[in-house]
Amino acid sequence: MKISRFLKTVFMFDFLRGLIIAIKEMFKPKKTINYPFEKGKISPRFRGEHALRRYPNGEERCIACKLCEAVCPAQAITIESSEREDGSRKTTRYDIDMLKCIYCGLCEESCPVDAIVQGPNFEFATETREELYYTKEKLLENGDRWESVLAANIKADNPHR
Amino acid sequence: MSVEILELNQKRRGQKDRVEYLNILFSETYKILFLLLPVLVSVAMIVWLDRRIWAFVQKRKGPNVVGPFGLLQSLADALKYIFKEIIIPASSNKIIFILAPVVTMTLALVAWAVIPFSEDFVLADINVGILYIFAISSLGVYGIIMGGWASNSKYPFLGSIRSAAQMVSYEVSIGVIIINVLLCVGSLNLGDIVLAQEKIWFVVPLFPMFVIFFISALAETNRPPFDLPEAEAELVSGYQTEYSGMMYAMFWLGEYANILLMCALGSILFLGGWLSPLDIFPFTMIPDPLWLIIKILFLFVLFALVKAIVPRYRYDQLMRLGWKVFLPISLIWVVLTSGYLMYFDLLPKN
Repeated sequence: MKISRFLKTVFMFDFLRGLIIAIKEMFKPKKTINYPFEKGKISPRFRGEHALRRYPNGEERCIACKLCEAVCPAQAITIESSEREDGSRKTTRYDIDMLKCIYCGLCEESCPVDAIVQGPNFEFATETREELYYTKEKLLENGDRWESVLAANIKADNPHR
Repeated sequence: MSVEILELNQKRRGQKDRVEYLNILFSETYKILFLLLPVLVSVAMIVWLDRRIWAFVQKRKGPNVVGPFGLLQSLADALKYIFKEIIIPASSNKIIFILAPVVTMTLALVAWAVIPFSEDFVLADINVGILYIFAISSLGVYGIIMGGWASNSKYPFLGSIRSAAQMVSYEVSIGVIIINVLLCVGSLNLGDIVLAQEKIWFVVPLFPMFVIFFISALAETNRPPFDLPEAEAELVSGYQTEYSGMMYAMFWLGEYANILLMCALGSILFLGGWLSPLDIFPFTMIPDPLWLIIKILFLFVLFALVKAIVPRYRYDQLMRLGWKVFLPISLIWVVLTSGYLMYFDLLPKN
């Protein structure tokens, strides 16, 4: 062992340097945020809770093309459709099993009319499994609630699509 | 007639004895409660301080929600532990399994009896105080061995084996370090040890011993970097693996009470206990017990900082450090100290 190394060990040079660094770091601003009270920034592409959007006149966007159902790798989406009196094809059933969903965002990507989207909400934990089998009503309600944010996010992400 | 008076006297004396006995009993219980409750409360606070310092070094915030600055976090945790189910493994030795945390916590608290907070503020002013503390802290390993053995499971077992070996090896060097101090004092009474430091704290002439004592205390209380008994990467959490609910909390309380005890011992042996650093005006304003508490806190902050900055030792490194480095150095220092004291005729005379 070299003498300098020996002296370093005896006087715990490395330890003291670490201690000084630790004390310096203690007074620097913190990196964490108080989560439930303040929240971190979320990208417009964030893939959170699903929502079905509407046109401004209140008409559902979804045309029941079933592309999302076909592309879904977890097969979490179930769609049934029929013709309405005015001749347009609309869904009668649009279920997403949020427990099966892997939040890959392929449904959103495949949708030709921007009907199914994944919003910024990630705090939708429930106490029972049943509450996480989302139906069409629930998804449309989500869409109504988050519409302003969803529209803004789609607009912000548009140049990158 | 005279026989009756005798009997009456005896009866009276018996009553008097009983009253005296009850008086002593109540006053002693009162004293013990007066000592133990603050210790337990400060253990809870110290857990918060530990987590907070750890978080600050890592640029996190740490517990800051429950109460002001998160001060009541430990209370909330304790409440959670109380309401949790205690699971006793089917293949465990139930009596020993239940006894282990009780032993750990009792021993950690019992040792506080001889810690002097000021010249006359001490529960038991016994002349072999330091030996008493040493004996109690040696017994501390039993709680861990019992817990590990009675769990009847591999991780607790390995953890307790490690812990036993570790605590035994570092106790040896702590003992030798204490001999150094005792040579300079000439008494085993903790109060006398503090009073002997009125001229100069022992941390100045015995500084290397203080450093070794501090490191050994880390090992003795299973703190990082010597937390091998509960190395979570290898042993889940060592001897505590099978424990849950309040029994786990008792292990945890005992551990921190032990850490506080080691800090108190360190400040009494080396940092002049309740003495103020300078005998001039602003320092003499602060009452004696507060000085001891300040010193304990200082040592504890060091404990917490060490936890935050050092990686865990490997087992053979731990053993090498204990037996091949600390023991020889402290033995040599005993020779040096006693030689110095003899040559300059400084030995304390009683």
